[in-house]
Amino acid sequence: MNRTRVLSRCAAAFILAGATAWAQAQEMRLDVSGVGATQYPIAIGSFAGEGQLPEDIAAVIRNDLAASGLFRIIETNAVISDSATPDFATLRSQGADSVVGGSYSRLADGRYDVRYRLSDTVRQRSLGGESIVAGANDLRYAGHRAADFIFEKLTGQKGIFSTRIAFITRQGGRYRLKIADWDGRNEQTSLTSPEPIISPSWAPDGSRLAYVSFESKKPVVYVHTLSTGQRKAVANFKGSNSAPAWSPDGKTLAVALTRDGLSQIYLIPSDGGGEPRRLVSSSGIDTEPFYSPDGKYIYFTSDRGGSPQIYRVAVDGGQVSRVTFEGNYNVSPRVSPDGRKLAFVTRRDGGFYIMIKDLASGAETRLSDGGQEESPSFAPNGLWVMYATRANGRDMLMAASVDGRVKQRMSSDTGDIREPTWGPFGP
Amino acid sequence: MNRTRTLWTLLLCAALAGCGSSVELDESQDATIESRETGAGAGAGGIGDSSRAVQQIDAGDQAQDPLNDPQGILAKRSIYFAFDSFVVEDEYRPIIEAHARYLTTNRNRRIVIQGNTDERGSREYNLALGQKRAEAVRRALAVLGVSDQQMEAVSFGEERPRALGNDEASHAENRRADIVYQ
Repeated sequence: MNRTRVLSRCAAAFILAGATAWAQAQEMRLDVSGVGATQYPIAIGSFAGEGQLPEDIAAVIRNDLAASGLFRIIETNAVISDSATPDFATLRSQGADSVVGGSYSRLADGRYDVRYRLSDTVRQRSLGGESIVAGANDLRYAGHRAADFIFEKLTGQKGIFSTRIAFITRQGGRYRLKIADWDGRNEQTSLTSPEPIISPSWAPDGSRLAYVSFESKKPVVYVHTLSTGQRKAVANFKGSNSAPAWSPDGKTLAVALTRDGLSQIYLIPSDGGGEPRRLVSSSGIDTEPFYSPDGKYIYFTSDRGGSPQIYRVAVDGGQVSRVTFEGNYNVSPRVSPDGRKLAFVTRRDGGFYIMIKDLASGAETRLSDGGQEESPSFAPNGLWVMYATRANGRDMLMAASVDGRVKQRMSSDTGDIREPTWGPFGP
Repeated sequence: MNRTRTLWTLLLCAALAGCGSSVELDESQDATIESRETGAGAGAGGIGDSSRAVQQIDAGDQAQDPLNDPQGILAKRSIYFAFDSFVVEDEYRPIIEAHARYLTTNRNRRIVIQGNTDERGSREYNLALGQKRAEAVRRALAVLGVSDQQMEAVSFGEERPRALGNDEASHAENRRADIVYQ
């Protein structure tokens, strides 16, 4: 069925903390390798319409679906409209099981009316589509929404093409906290600092980021509202304050504080204030808390047993149970959105790799192979893990499908990129 | 020192000399000039010496503060740690003792102890390891009498390395706690 939606992203635009209001011009490069176990062959025609669209929406859809590794894009030069019945026979003979057609027209107020429709070439029927009104700056977003629609219709899983990522760059002695589309496009800077920024973490509703800033010459946890640039130091106790992790309801942050000596995990209100509540005690180092998606458990790194391993404890107290047992260095726990898997970093033979552990069976598989990996972060649909790695003397990002088959590398020619964190689904 | 100021002072004096109104003492009147003795216990010294005396204190003569002696032991502000270690080795004891002596003698001085690590491994875990190094130095100073109010232990983890190489010598340089006077 057709639906009409009006996009107004201007209200959610990022207003920068600091003097400058211009988006960064440089963009990241995205390289994809590998294919999924099954691939859906799909043809995406050029959109029909008068004049030139500022953004090629059909290309955005093709790039998104191709990058997922789950779609084989059937080449076609045809203009395929959403309103006319596609030539199913020809498309089937070209190998396409599905086809996307679309059209656009310019409205009197300068915005665009964009329409797309997905059809099944085998059963020769429409699977639905959308009509979107979008300004020139939101045309890529319209393409991402279309890709999400198509992805979900055919795979049954929610697409992540409309999601955003946050990461830290270091270039020329300055650190920047940046937000970009999932594919690295449309970078915007929300914080610039001469001192390091680490551990960015999205609030569950996508409106805020928590992070650690060293701007006052010691680590302090901030919560930063993206649309206004307003931020608050929510953990600035004596010693070091770090590793913020959001509870699923967005009201609490688990943090690592050293106010009592060594690093221990505390819970604080996400808007600051109040007295921190200590979660667990140990005589060693406890850090890197991460909530389970049901909000009941916190996974964390601890060297209470003599070497850093991953443990789990109920949020309202109780037994601490150990989760990792292989090797003597397992850190950075991140639970998948469905609660069934754990991504973490292990050190084996001197190299650092991303591992995925099935929490029910305990089975572990290695996801990365560079040996210099850190900071894993699940996509909100649980099908991908983004992480940081290093190659040719440069820090860059990778996104890998959880089965390890498809990998995307995001790199910049002008600086180091690190600490990725994948944002939630939008409203 | 300042020529302009001297010039203005001279001009001012000249102006005042020119236009001042003076009060003449009328010696013919029966004015009694009172003799005053001021200050507690003022004796033969006359007026003012006790109540107007000014006591000089030294805010800290830069040249004489042992903290600023580039050859002195207090110029050494870094303590290095072995791989995976958080114990202050014996060779650094004299440095710790010297700073403890200074800080217990100068109770108004404060330090921040900054812990660092090499860059291998998780950033947050390294932040905690750096803190462990800073904390080891802080405890060593506390045991020698330095008060908690004078010290704060923080960590930079792997984020601010002094040595940028990937070799063991660079790693060793970064496994370090620095004493920073505020």
